Amino acid sequence: MAIATTVLGRLIKAAITLLAIVVLNFLLIHAAPGDPAAVMAGEAGAADEIFIAQLRERFGLDQPLYVQLWNYVGNIIQFDLGYSYRQGAPVFDLIMERLPATLLLTLTAFGISLLFGVAMGVAASARVGRAGDSVITGIALLFYATPLYWAALMAVLVFSVWLGWLPGFGYETVGGGFTGLSRALDILKHLILPATTLGLFFMAVYTRMTRASMLEVAQMDFVKTARAKGLPDRVIRRRHILRNALLPVVTLAGLQAGQLVGGAVLTETVFAWPGIGRLMFESLQARDYNTLLGVFLISAAMVILFNIVTDLVYRLIDPRIGATR
Amino acid sequence: MSDFWSRFSRNRGAILGLVLLAAVIIVALIAPLIFPKGPWQMVQRPFLTPFATEGLPLGTDTLGRDVAAGLAYGARVSLLVGLVSTLVALAIGVPLGAVAGYYGGWVDEAAMRFTEFFQTIPNFALAIVLVAILEPTLTSITLAIAIVSWPPVARLVRAEVLSLSKREFVDAAQLAGLSNRRILLGQILPNAMSPIIVMASLMVATAILLESSLAFLGLGDPNIMSWGYMIGAARTVIRSAWWLSFFPGLAIVITVLALNLIGEGLNDAMNPHLNRKGRA
Repeated sequence: MAIATTVLGRLIKAAITLLAIVVLNFLLIHAAPGDPAAVMAGEAGAADEIFIAQLRERFGLDQPLYVQLWNYVGNIIQFDLGYSYRQGAPVFDLIMERLPATLLLTLTAFGISLLFGVAMGVAASARVGRAGDSVITGIALLFYATPLYWAALMAVLVFSVWLGWLPGFGYETVGGGFTGLSRALDILKHLILPATTLGLFFMAVYTRMTRASMLEVAQMDFVKTARAKGLPDRVIRRRHILRNALLPVVTLAGLQAGQLVGGAVLTETVFAWPGIGRLMFESLQARDYNTLLGVFLISAAMVILFNIVTDLVYRLIDPRIGATR
Repeated sequence: MSDFWSRFSRNRGAILGLVLLAAVIIVALIAPLIFPKGPWQMVQRPFLTPFATEGLPLGTDTLGRDVAAGLAYGARVSLLVGLVSTLVALAIGVPLGAVAGYYGGWVDEAAMRFTEFFQTIPNFALAIVLVAILEPTLTSITLAIAIVSWPPVARLVRAEVLSLSKREFVDAAQLAGLSNRRILLGQILPNAMSPIIVMASLMVATAILLESSLAFLGLGDPNIMSWGYMIGAARTVIRSAWWLSFFPGLAIVITVLALNLIGEGLNDAMNPHLNRKGRA
């Protein structure tokens, strides 16, 4: 019951946030230098006055601003994100076609960063103040300062160009003719470099968070009790400290994972990964504002959805979260 | 203050950061003296490898421009955008957070909903959209970075003000008849400075990363040489000319690392009690 009301509350909030983003999008279109009709005409490849006037009438651009806003919101509620003249297709269809690749990339990157981040954080906290700790903390600091598109380029250079271990381009082998399991393996091979480089920054974040959290929990009384009982160090670390230290890390990780969607623009550009990030880059180059704003809206929706899902998962795993609010 | 310095200088990482940042700042300042021709001038034939030609230590790019000159001039943009956008973000976040934390009630509620909204939107995507639509200029880039960076400042300042305003010295100031404005500006905010300074130093680092990422995507000011632009322009020739992407990236890593190290050093020096908990 409590969960049902929570879900409802979160959904209402999500709807309001999305509506605000839609309004923001609308204002941005009108803040853009130049007449939207002229921009559209330019996209369609024609620019004479009569055509522009026709466009203005057809898209209601001659009407007062609040009517236009009303129409715009109405369209988006019906999943009409406009038409991309450059790509010759509705923006919504373009995005849906590309979304699976982005989901695969970002979710894999999230998994990699969380797994390795937590492992490195635990390893560092077990060696606190010693050489191993310094090495891990140093690596985390370095990854934290590395632009992810540069990490991606360097990974292509080393693992693809110089060593030739992994493909550095695309989603699967073009004309490879793979099906079933061999196709999945082929995609996996293409996925390794983009997902790892996209996850590097967050891996550094999670390493630092896990290390700090482990050290904090290690000071608590119940850990002293466990130690006094004579439990071996390894058991205390795994059963008592890690379990309690992990929760804040995973909670924050879930909230930050949304930012991976933004980072995907860079990764997908470097690796020619056919997702919505790459679509955003293409729309930037073509000055295709409809597509640009459509991708922006959908990625914000993805972030909101992801936050709701993680929130619910934690409530199910740890009932204390719901109770303390 | 001397106490602060002794704590700060005991942190070797922070000193290393300070040295690295000083080097970057010096290069940025004297760039026009070392490279009077500017970063756009063609100086030699294109694709000269680094460490091979005298006078061109880092080689030339796809159009025969001096890579070293590009790096030196790029440092100016990175530092400028990083610094100014952080100042603008502080100018938005500090007042908003302070007012929300001090007055509470519906003001707080409204300010926090507003902040939450900006925190929900994917940062980098919003920055891209803003710069693309406002046309990439130094001003629009700086503004866009500030707009996506202020929410954590507002939250931090709100939390600080909230806890400080319950302290006795605030009661005393109220009894002494000080106005709310003077209490907030003269009593509370000065006491919240140290966490704000720490956060600001880390924000400059993030802003530099953001600026370079935008420039990499082609959203840099077309009249200004920047590190991200250099990497973006060399992306397609990575197979034949790795150094064109490598050196600008290294410059970014060094600068951002330096700022992060300084930020950590400041944090340890200004909040020693917090530090002990984290280090065990």
